[in-house]
Amino acid sequence: MTEDKNAPKDKVAAKDEKAPRAPKTMGHEWDGIAEYNNPLPRWWVLVFMVCIAWAVGYMVVMPSVPGVKDFFGGTAGFSSRAGVRDVLAETATQRQEWLKPMADAPLDEIVANPALRQMAMRGGEVIFKENCAACHMVGGAGTKGYPALVDDEWIWGGSLTEIQQTIRHGIRSGDPLARTAEMPAFGRDGLLTRAEIGQVADFVLAMAAGKPGPAAGQALYQANCAVCHGEKGEGMKETGAPALDNRIWLYGGSRAEVMAQISVPRHGVMPNWGGRLSDVEIKQLSVYVHSLGGGQ
Amino acid sequence: MGILKHHGKIERNLLALVLGIFVTVSIGGIVEVLPLFTIESTIEKVQGIRPYSPLELAGRNIYVREGCYLCHSQMIRPFRDEAERYGHYSLAAESLYDRPFQWGSKRTGPDLARVGGKYSNEWHVRHLVNPRSVVPGSVMPGYPHLLSTPLAADDIADHLKTLKTLGDPYSDEMIREARADLAAQAAPEAEVEGLLKRYPKAAVGDFDGQPGRLTEMDAVIAYLQMLGRMVDFTKFDPAAADR
Repeated sequence: MTEDKNAPKDKVAAKDEKAPRAPKTMGHEWDGIAEYNNPLPRWWVLVFMVCIAWAVGYMVVMPSVPGVKDFFGGTAGFSSRAGVRDVLAETATQRQEWLKPMADAPLDEIVANPALRQMAMRGGEVIFKENCAACHMVGGAGTKGYPALVDDEWIWGGSLTEIQQTIRHGIRSGDPLARTAEMPAFGRDGLLTRAEIGQVADFVLAMAAGKPGPAAGQALYQANCAVCHGEKGEGMKETGAPALDNRIWLYGGSRAEVMAQISVPRHGVMPNWGGRLSDVEIKQLSVYVHSLGGGQ
Repeated sequence: MGILKHHGKIERNLLALVLGIFVTVSIGGIVEVLPLFTIESTIEKVQGIRPYSPLELAGRNIYVREGCYLCHSQMIRPFRDEAERYGHYSLAAESLYDRPFQWGSKRTGPDLARVGGKYSNEWHVRHLVNPRSVVPGSVMPGYPHLLSTPLAADDIADHLKTLKTLGDPYSDEMIREARADLAAQAAPEAEVEGLLKRYPKAAVGDFDGQPGRLTEMDAVIAYLQMLGRMVDFTKFDPAAADR
């Protein structure tokens, strides 16, 4: 064994005073290169041992070893599923103070009671952002194809109970109690010619602007459209026929867009939220939507 | 620590070294593999779980192809905040026929485990074509090509057969009717009684707003509209599924 030339200088220098520990090597050497055999740092070995001991303890306390039909659940009885159930139950108990009165009270009493109304508004806002804003936009501003909830134009009615009904059962959602209506496809099914559809569109646009429309279009409107949309275009919420006497358009208010809607109407779908949201959540949502600006 | 000084004995003996490595690696392997043999007992028994319908399966393949899992998870963890936002925590059984599962590991977008029925088909079309048109702050890329690409599904029966080999309970009837079921699920006026008997709760109808065409958009939306809807949680006993 040759003297290690790579050993720290100070150790070599201190040779005479305290006998330094010569670096341990594996005992073999090739071309002057030897292999150290230093022990691992003591602190490292201790941490390693503690980790192993911890793992053994953890296996005893926590769910760990699978068996044939079941598994060893650990002495602490930990279960993340039971945990979340407890937390949710606890949350429900804490909320019971205002959830219970809200569940028991009819919608108009919730609105009349300032404390309940405030809770419903706060809860409704959160639920709206998560579930409704994707279509109706933040704050219920609406966009093409998805009605604004901030105005007083309501296709299916804007009272508290009507809003609640719409939220719970949806529109053309497949729910047995869903709001469903179908406007005939006047163009596709050949009920009106293209020229006639143009005349009706002209009349509808004039009506929306509060002006007298062309007589030909008016006659066609009265014969084909008035039964649902009303003689003066006031709409009919029982059949989900939007009012046409204002400039609020669901699918756009240009002549081409109105003609397209008469020709092959689009029928929007709103999911039914009963089942996904609880009854009391739907109540909060109804109060919130009703308050957005146009509640009747 | 005395035992640690003797490592040289193992390192210098080839047989001992090979055996030592084998034993160590085996332990690691067994710990990972062994639980799979008990999978029958570790997945909860719940009502309503069924294999994917042919159209849903085609949509799922596109979901995987487009890498949706990179930004969307399908795993509602058992935490209060997730339960309050997304609904009931995900069950192992709900991924029973996912090969591979789509749990994901990152949520740039929201979790999709229970997105079925939450939005209308028309919304999904608009959102997939241009997410900004309905969600102004969205960073999701648009997938307009789904709307124009016809669904290549001639081999759908082979997909079912492959999954059957892996253990999915597709019956001979399901495989025989696969091509017809696929077309029927996306056709607005089709006869769907047999389809709904084979695949209960499947969403049917024209998904992409183009009644005459069968596109990749149809398949993806059929898949999305089914996510999380198989288990009826009003009839679910959580205590029985505690893990």
